[in-house]
Amino acid sequence: MAATIVEKVFSAKCGREISAGDVIMAPLDAAMIHDITGPLAVMKFREMGGERVFDPEKVIMLFDHQTPADSIAAAENHKMMREFAREQDIYNYDIQEGVCHQVALESGRVLPGDIVVGSDSHTCMYGAIGAFSTGIGSTDMGFSLRFGALYFRVPESIRANITGRFMPRTGPKDLILRIIGDIGADGATYMATEFTGETISSMHMAGRMTCCNMAIEMGGKAGIVPPDRTTWKWLEGKTDIKPFELKSDEEARYTAWKDYNVDDLVPQVAVPHNVDNVVDVDRVEGTHIDQVFIGSCTNGRFEDFAEAAEVLGERKFSPDVRVLVIPASRTEYLKILRAGLIERFVEAGALVEAPCCGPCMGGSFGLIASGETSLSTSNRNFRGRQGSAEGKVYLCSPATAAASAIAGEITDPREVRR
Amino acid sequence: MKVWKFGDDIDTDAIIPGRYLTLYDPKVLASHAFEGIRDDFSNECKEGDMIVANRNFGCGSSREHAPIALKGAGISAVIAKSFARIFYRNCVNTGLLPVVCPEADRISEEDEIVLHIDEGYLEAGGARYGIEPVPEFLQKIIDCGGLVEYANTIEEVKTCTE
Repeated sequence: MAATIVEKVFSAKCGREISAGDVIMAPLDAAMIHDITGPLAVMKFREMGGERVFDPEKVIMLFDHQTPADSIAAAENHKMMREFAREQDIYNYDIQEGVCHQVALESGRVLPGDIVVGSDSHTCMYGAIGAFSTGIGSTDMGFSLRFGALYFRVPESIRANITGRFMPRTGPKDLILRIIGDIGADGATYMATEFTGETISSMHMAGRMTCCNMAIEMGGKAGIVPPDRTTWKWLEGKTDIKPFELKSDEEARYTAWKDYNVDDLVPQVAVPHNVDNVVDVDRVEGTHIDQVFIGSCTNGRFEDFAEAAEVLGERKFSPDVRVLVIPASRTEYLKILRAGLIERFVEAGALVEAPCCGPCMGGSFGLIASGETSLSTSNRNFRGRQGSAEGKVYLCSPATAAASAIAGEITDPREVRR
Repeated sequence: MKVWKFGDDIDTDAIIPGRYLTLYDPKVLASHAFEGIRDDFSNECKEGDMIVANRNFGCGSSREHAPIALKGAGISAVIAKSFARIFYRNCVNTGLLPVVCPEADRISEEDEIVLHIDEGYLEAGGARYGIEPVPEFLQKIIDCGGLVEYANTIEEVKTCTE
């Protein structure tokens, strides 16, 4: 029977035909745990009688949400996880590597066709390389660590077919915000969103990661892009496996087929307090901002900072805006460092922090006060997400973030002179 | 029992803010539930109270601290028109009952709710509303009282490859 890429991933793993709607106990190729949901997962693993994890090679552990430890409670969590890693022979990436999803992909331990879970909702990002990956809670993670398998209801898919060429200073983040605004915060609940089309084929991996990362913001279980030459090129040096074909059949069945053309797509902004509350940038131009955050697993890669730096040019950021620049990983940090971008951001007045989640989750530093507004390249603008519940968070692309940080108010990046 | 009514898209950041995720004690987490969003909740929620919400309850983060906080506050069931996927599963896994009721918006805070799970309906304010059955594979976990309890009944799992 004709199958979607997701059905093919599960079928290949199980050695028989698996279709959307099937409930199966699937073996796991990797399981990712970090500092805030990991400790609870470890406790649950033990409560389940767990003595040895199913396969230490398949456990990806690191700390990114509260790093370096910002409280004694965080330090205790890190200590507990380090001890678990030592006891279980798990390689621990600890605090220095960066944000979990970026590090997981860079590690080469997540590959096309894999089934991967992570105790973090944005685990859906690994679909960017053609893996089926999804976020789970800590008890499901405890079970995963214990048994190396988990119950899945194989999801139906929505096909998002993208055509056209982005206008200058618009890009993947504007596209995914546009799609979320269209499909809605629960429009893809339990489903996978498969991104295809000429725009995706010509998109760099960083952009594909941005799109898949935010599949959860539509309620989705996964986002996925069929692996192609760009994917295999990106994986060079990370794995020895040979490229293989993995894509949906022409006649595969989709719950919905959505066509988007990006030729006329203007910069998009998600306004408080829902990610699907998306408008064209002109609707919110002039909105005063107190803080700008460029970074996160959604937009913390070299391409994102290059996009911001191109808008910035030789200018300075507004002295009235606190600008936080936080690369998603040490690898990406080195890339932007070597390209001279760190120097440019610091000269312009930004505060550059070491790779971590930063203010995205509002659990560590860089929080906003009541009445303050944050403009952020991250993935969530829920009430209280980045600090005070009386604050506001807007989401945008790195280009829009840079243009706005210069002006001190939300600004269309296309209006900033080259 | 009291009914705590909520609207659409109640996210897990609202249920328990990110700054409390270093905590694990259900009672302590409960003291911060809906902080800054609905401050009377943590003070007044009692054992056996229920949450009634509209669409997409529990969207966002995978933090299991959210159902743990609600359970710690005494919530016995969360009734909603629909749930976000991860939260729903986290509820089942941690032994907090999630109830899908397509007409949940018709229930008011003054109603007394009686659940008839096996019969597929609930009573609220003198009216009957249908509730959707739990997927079969999750029912086993609910019957055990949670995933830890379920896991302790098995030695190993049989995967789809076998």
